[in-house]
Amino acid sequence: MTQSYFVRSEMQEALPPPGQTTGIVAWARANLFSSPGNTLMTLLGFAFIAWIVPPLYDFFIARAVFTDPEQLRGAACRIEDVGACWIFVKARFQFFIYGFYPDDQIWRVNLMFVLGVILLIPLLVPKAPFTRTAALLFFLVYPVVSYFLMTGGVFGLSVVPSAEWGGLTLTLIIAFVGIIASLPIGILLALGRQSKLPAVKLFSVAFIELWRAVPLITVLFMASVMFPLFMPRGIDPDTLLRAIIGIIFFESAYMAEVVRGGLQAIPRGQYEAANALGLSKVKTMVFIILPQALKHVIPGIVNTFIALFKDTSLVSIIGIFELLRAVRSAGADPNWISPTMAVTGYVFAGFIFWVFCFGMSRYSIYMENRLHTGHKR
Amino acid sequence: MKKQLFTFAVAAAMATASSVALGQTLDEVTERGYLQCGVTEGVPGFSFPDENNNWTGLDVDYCRAMAAAIFDDPDAVRYTPLTSASRFESLGNGNIDVLSRTTTWTMTRDTDLGLSFAGVMFYDGQGFMVREDLGVTSALELSGAAVCVESGTTTELNLADYFAANGMDLSNAVVFVNQDEVVQSFIDGRCDVFTTDSSALAAERSRFADPDAYVILPEIISKEPLGPVVRSDDIEWFNIAKWVYYALLNAEELGVTSENVDDMLGSENPSIRRLLGVEGDFGTAIGLSTDWGYRIVKHVGNYGEIYDRHVGMDTIIAIPRGVNNLWTEGGIQYGMPIR
Repeated sequence: MTQSYFVRSEMQEALPPPGQTTGIVAWARANLFSSPGNTLMTLLGFAFIAWIVPPLYDFFIARAVFTDPEQLRGAACRIEDVGACWIFVKARFQFFIYGFYPDDQIWRVNLMFVLGVILLIPLLVPKAPFTRTAALLFFLVYPVVSYFLMTGGVFGLSVVPSAEWGGLTLTLIIAFVGIIASLPIGILLALGRQSKLPAVKLFSVAFIELWRAVPLITVLFMASVMFPLFMPRGIDPDTLLRAIIGIIFFESAYMAEVVRGGLQAIPRGQYEAANALGLSKVKTMVFIILPQALKHVIPGIVNTFIALFKDTSLVSIIGIFELLRAVRSAGADPNWISPTMAVTGYVFAGFIFWVFCFGMSRYSIYMENRLHTGHKR
Repeated sequence: MKKQLFTFAVAAAMATASSVALGQTLDEVTERGYLQCGVTEGVPGFSFPDENNNWTGLDVDYCRAMAAAIFDDPDAVRYTPLTSASRFESLGNGNIDVLSRTTTWTMTRDTDLGLSFAGVMFYDGQGFMVREDLGVTSALELSGAAVCVESGTTTELNLADYFAANGMDLSNAVVFVNQDEVVQSFIDGRCDVFTTDSSALAAERSRFADPDAYVILPEIISKEPLGPVVRSDDIEWFNIAKWVYYALLNAEELGVTSENVDDMLGSENPSIRRLLGVEGDFGTAIGLSTDWGYRIVKHVGNYGEIYDRHVGMDTIIAIPRGVNNLWTEGGIQYGMPIR
């Protein structure tokens, strides 16, 4: 008698999970409507989006003017219920980016940007090759090359005085120089403030407290207006240079305090351990203390960088044509004046600022995670 | 008080810096090869960067006229955009040679700062704007109108004085705390009349959706004379600045324009012959060439041409000539004779 039995040769298909635990509905239940409070917040959020998005879409896209086939310029945006006047930004784009830089020399600015980006890649991307060479080139050679590219006067390049620089180019130059210079000066000041040498300590404290106590506008105004009054007639250091030096001093005072915060977070044991290993003072700082201290204060440092980037727009009060000033001045052209032109220009400038600041912020988060060695609580 | 202290500091610093020999500014400018001119950072019609990134406007054309007189080249100018806070200091310390930046001529500025006003390129002052369909052509017809005005300003006081002096009724005036509200209520039709400085009226109007539907009335009821400024320490340079301005006015009065100036060289009118340097030599006395007047008109045009080009009725700014007309046309622009 043969026993007949049944063995499944293949596995039973798994049943789908109950309908209410997967898919959009379940996700929404779990994340958006999990409690009465959350439900309320979700509904309010949706209501807010519904309230804010359509008018924005309407203004910036639906009713906006994108083309100007008849070359009407401002008149093309002078219509009933007009939205954003994008043709204004399009027409003056070059001015917003390069300012008064001569048309036929703009390749020099572009070359400077391209060189900068090429050198930045090995510095920003971990594990990229040539990091050391790139760093050397970027911090020592690149500023000099950029300076001569922008000003000219060598290798047959025509001279372009800094008064003709402007727009985003100038904003980036000021921010770049400010950032590159204020961090090392800030670190030195922070160390100086902790120094046991009275002269060094006193100088650092006085410098930090002086520059931190005055508004940046005052610094710029002093640099541009009052400073030349004390100089002999005819001797006039470049306005831009004076402004940049003012910004560097101002920001490095802030940077010093940020770095000092990091230094104070390092436990005494680290110093003692370094001493026990027989490290000199300098080696202790460079290899033990600073790497840890700076890592702790990355958010603070980037915060200062972002503030500095946005503060560059203040130089417009001394007649330097950075991005925002360029947008506003272009808006005074009667050929382009129309009801929404000014708003469109501001939105454009705001967007550019946002892109750069957001980029810096995301990169700092990435760096924090990469350097994370379990020190965070 | 703070302002006085600051003014004092500036004046003191300028006094120490101002031991300059006569004619030095012209020598410096000639040697440098270009004029340094201080302008605004962007005021419609007066000075702004145009689409080709060139500075243009009424104030800019004055600097171009000076460059034309000195170099026979109106483009031999470098412009320095200045804020109202830094304009006098820039001029005082020699960063610029001439300040042509919608600057009101007042006694303090003319006497305290070591600076001198060379003329009045634009008689600004408080004016009135109305909707065109009201059919009003003179401010004197505005009795009983709803006038929109910003509260607590000299504008409000001037308005009250003007209405009182002309026996007009101001009981319907609408007072606002800020300028934006005034403009908005005017657009919305809550008031018939909007009053502030006429150049500001024009600039506001050019931002309206339908600027043609509004007119600025010819009356100017307050004094804001805007003109070019130079340092007081160099009388020869001051003379150049002054006579470039007079040459612009004389050219218009004599009917010499940038288009007919070459024909006018053969004119029999002695005034024209003197202006263009055909007869007599007036340029040498101010350190320029004999044909300085010809150069100005040839390259830049006369005052009327400049006015019409930048703020005239064919532009979107459209400020009526009014007081800025020549004295022969009922205005107060009066060019001293070249003789």
